[in-house]
Amino acid sequence: MNRRTIRTDVVVIGAGVVGTGIARELSRYDVDVVLVEREADVAWGTTKANTALVHAGYDADPGTNKARFNVAGNAMYPRITQELGVMYKNTGTLVVATAPDQVPHLNELLERGKANGVPGLEIIGRERIVELEPFISSDAIAALWAPTGGITSPWELAIAYAENAVDNGVTILLSSPVTAIDVEGGRAVRVHTPDTTIDTQFVVNAAGLFADEIAGMVGARDFNIVPRKGEYYLLDKRAGHLARHPLFPVPTAFSKGIVVTPTVDGNLLVGPNSQVVEGTSDLDTTAAGLDEVITGARRLVPSIPLRDNITNFAGLRATAQPSGDFVIGPANGVPNFINAAGIQSPGLTAAPAIALEIVNLLGEAGLKLVEKPDFNPIRPRPARFEEMDDDQRSAAAARDSRWGHIICRCESVTEGEIVEALHRSVPCTTLDGIKFRTRAGAGRCQGGFCGPRVVAIIARELGISPDAVTKKGGTSRVLVGPGKQQCSCSCGKCADEGHVGEGETHA
Amino acid sequence: MRKIECDVAVIGAGPAGLAAAAKAKEQGAQRVLLMDRDRELGGILNQCIHNGFGLQLLAEEMTGPQYAEYFIEEAKKAGVEMMLHTMVLNVGADRKIHAINEHEGLMEIQAKAVVMAMGARERNRGGVVIPGARPAGVFTAGAAQRYVNMEGYMPGKRVVVLGSGDIGLIMARRMTWEGAKVEAVLEIMPFPSGLTRNIVQCLEDQGIPLYLGHTVTRVHGKDRVEAVTVSKVGADFRPIPGTEWVIPCDTLLLSIGLIPENELTLEAGGKLDSVTNGPVVDDEMSTSIPGVFACGNVVHIHDLVDNVTREAWAAGEGAARFVTGRQPSGQTISTAAGEGIRYVVPQIVHTDNLEARDVRLSMRVTAPADRVRVEAVLEDEVVYSKAERVVRPAEMVALTIPKGTVSREAAQAAAAAGHKLVVRVTKRDTAAQGGNKS
Ligand SMILES: Cc1cc2nc3c(=O)[nH]c(=O)nc-3n(C[C@H](O)[C@H](O)[C@H](O)COP(=O)(O)OP(=O)(O)OC[C@H]3O[C@@H](n4cnc5c(N)ncnc54)[C@H](O)[C@@H]3O)c2cc1C
Ligand SMILES: Cc1cc2nc3c(=O)[nH]c(=O)nc-3n(C[C@H](O)[C@H](O)[C@H](O)COP(=O)(O)OP(=O)(O)OC[C@H]3O[C@@H](n4cnc5c(N)ncnc54)[C@H](O)[C@@H]3O)c2cc1C
Repeated sequence: MNRRTIRTDVVVIGAGVVGTGIARELSRYDVDVVLVEREADVAWGTTKANTALVHAGYDADPGTNKARFNVAGNAMYPRITQELGVMYKNTGTLVVATAPDQVPHLNELLERGKANGVPGLEIIGRERIVELEPFISSDAIAALWAPTGGITSPWELAIAYAENAVDNGVTILLSSPVTAIDVEGGRAVRVHTPDTTIDTQFVVNAAGLFADEIAGMVGARDFNIVPRKGEYYLLDKRAGHLARHPLFPVPTAFSKGIVVTPTVDGNLLVGPNSQVVEGTSDLDTTAAGLDEVITGARRLVPSIPLRDNITNFAGLRATAQPSGDFVIGPANGVPNFINAAGIQSPGLTAAPAIALEIVNLLGEAGLKLVEKPDFNPIRPRPARFEEMDDDQRSAAAARDSRWGHIICRCESVTEGEIVEALHRSVPCTTLDGIKFRTRAGAGRCQGGFCGPRVVAIIARELGISPDAVTKKGGTSRVLVGPGKQQCSCSCGKCADEGHVGEGETHA
Repeated sequence: MRKIECDVAVIGAGPAGLAAAAKAKEQGAQRVLLMDRDRELGGILNQCIHNGFGLQLLAEEMTGPQYAEYFIEEAKKAGVEMMLHTMVLNVGADRKIHAINEHEGLMEIQAKAVVMAMGARERNRGGVVIPGARPAGVFTAGAAQRYVNMEGYMPGKRVVVLGSGDIGLIMARRMTWEGAKVEAVLEIMPFPSGLTRNIVQCLEDQGIPLYLGHTVTRVHGKDRVEAVTVSKVGADFRPIPGTEWVIPCDTLLLSIGLIPENELTLEAGGKLDSVTNGPVVDDEMSTSIPGVFACGNVVHIHDLVDNVTREAWAAGEGAARFVTGRQPSGQTISTAAGEGIRYVVPQIVHTDNLEARDVRLSMRVTAPADRVRVEAVLEDEVVYSKAERVVRPAEMVALTIPKGTVSREAAQAAAAAGHKLVVRVTKRDTAAQGGNKS
């Protein structure tokens, strides 16, 4: 294989919301940064499979990293999502008690929240709850109201972070698993991927579920990642009205419980359960897990209609043992190797604050941080047909006719948006990549309609054959090859109009 | 923004839209506009390159595209204006339509009447909740059909089909013909949901095993499907532990039903029937919104295109009568599904029409049965019935009540007293033949 060597100041390993956030905050400074990701796209680890909540911060014990970065991250959301053109709604959240013996727990959460510095917490009674949530269970008797809680789109944030980072000079390497890190004189000096060697001054470990393995590569496996699976139902927008705020049950020792929440796109999201699993790649949903999820969710909102289910998925919480807390700081004995590891929930919320902290820690470890005069914090939100008014739609279609061509019927995504998504600063080459960027295929028919059409557009725009297009990189090809029945006719229309069958001719 | 006015706007140019548009024009509507978001007229028929269309209505066995071609010609001859690549974005209760295409951009169309003919979409994996991994290689049968028949590419080589719907059966055969190995077709119900002739021609003739009372309980594979676990189900449709086995495959095709595509209808404020998932319609095929009609798969799922066309003619005529001020007086009676019947369309019948025209009721039975009578009952009296040798849930049953069988007055009196026109199936003990009044 053709190996190449590049030289940089900082390698960030892992392009989830944590790694992309760090890369973006570093891109403010006159520092060379390489962001390395093993998947074919950013945000495909835990960042694409979670509850998407911006937690207020009353859960974690005072004094923990979780508590500190949760509250700080929460406060950064309005500004960061505005700068980066990411969906965020400050809905406020509710922890709902459905039995009298749960009410004392609400007070506990309230006190903990106060200690963590969470503003505006309040216990409310049934009447207020029903006003806020008309479809709530008749058992709901009291709730903790957290006005700073909200919802966002985790992959939008990671994609936007990554694009803004690249726009400001960061290099991103996709489909590049880190396989080894050389340590010399107590410092990490070289990072290896199958086709690139990166000489570097500093390494940041933001490898999510694999952060313990990466730490092991520098001989500093001071923690182990224990994955805990959480499974979900995603329901049609038709059911989106059943919850107006994220609704939590009273938490248990292991998890914040099964949540019923609206998403920023208007769907209803239900989950997760919490199950320790063997492997860091076991993302299978299970019949038992899904049963548990729906049963739990119906304790809060009894009328959740299963027939409006669109898809199921699972995510893995990267719990760091033994501490159970976020592992943030230089590795033992390797001062230029900084961990941002064990970032389980509320990691999405905490990510913007963690990014700032990692930059500080790099500075303390000796990285020179000189602000770039031309740093541009703004990454405009990509235009979306669905979000336009009639005049904007008219204008878009008049400027470029592809904006008049709807490809995804469920989410009203045009060819114009798909083509645009394929040519942004972070490469997008897959069906899932298009789904996360444009929502084509994310709606109620799950790509049944637009799948073939999006495959054709990707093939055309990237100059590859349709059967080379993958769902999510690697060997996940959508098609296995040409059919027997490629037309034998010489009409020249087949390419545009599709192949007709045996003995047929084009109209 | 371009503004257009027309008498009748038809949304969707499948067999339903094509026939409705032509009929509306024929029946006196002036300007009739037919819109479809796809690149060609004919709707789902374009990907159905197998035989079996038109036997009833045109007395000829055609392929899907040939059947479509016939009605495309009819619509053209009638003078219907057609717009392809045109997506209808929304329809108001005032029959104002927003649509968009590449050439015209956004358009506002004010129609005097609208015909909804948007067809159906396929139920997907989420609709039945199949646990396991989420790799590439899980397709709805219709998407696979599009890849193979229209794009010329193979979605897989070793296939398991879940669901015995017609599209799945046809695709099992198509994939076999294309050189793929179809390992099995699994159906959760104790009886197939596709047409008998498709079971015979697409499975039995190809040597593909059909497992009734079975389902897929898990999908395996990280990047691409590697296998599925299948299992027998009990009377409660839950997998029976211990009966499962694994079938290696690279593709899972889903043929687990169609869902009428009624997002536009709902947004316009139309009332849906919770059984059909389609709009509640009367016998002129009017929805609950005045001037908005519907026909075809958008109303209920059809197994035979001939029935789609018949229903579309009624909708086209209804729309033309609406714009020319010839609609019936407005007195109506509801229909209802009785013993052995899952649903009846239309849900409402004009008493004027019962007296003056033949009224066709379409229905699905709840379970297979043989030697039955299908009966229309008003106030405990069988007003009309017909004998059927066999009825199956997969095959739509029609009952046409000849005009005058029920008088306007009788129907109105019954309706006023809160009665419905109930349709039911009863077991036949005598070997009565054909339709008769009893
Ligand atoms: C079920 C569940 C629900 C949650 N709900 C919430 C919530 O509502 N609110 C909230 O704030 N938080 C929530 N979280 C937590 C949140 O999702 C995570 O904290 C966050 O996504 C972590 O981001 P990350 O970047 O650390 O990890 P990831 O997104 O997993 O990113 C790590 C990246 O590293 C890459 N990588 C791994 N190994 C290598 C290698 N060798 N070479 C190169 N790249 C590598 C991976 O491919 C991956 O892309 C939830 C988590 C789970 C599991
Ligand atoms: C695989 C398969 C096999 C079949 N086999 C047979 C058979 O052998 N014999 C037989 O008689 N029948 C068969 N049928 C049944 C019959 O063909 C269908 O029931 C019939 O095609 C339905 O017609 P339709 O016009 O209601 O819907 P469709 O044909 O689905 O047409 C709906 C049209 O509406 C358009 N549309 C939807 N929304 C919009 C919008 N917002 N804006 C613009 N356009 C829109 C769509 O693009 C589509 O073209 C089969 C069906 C299938 C799917």
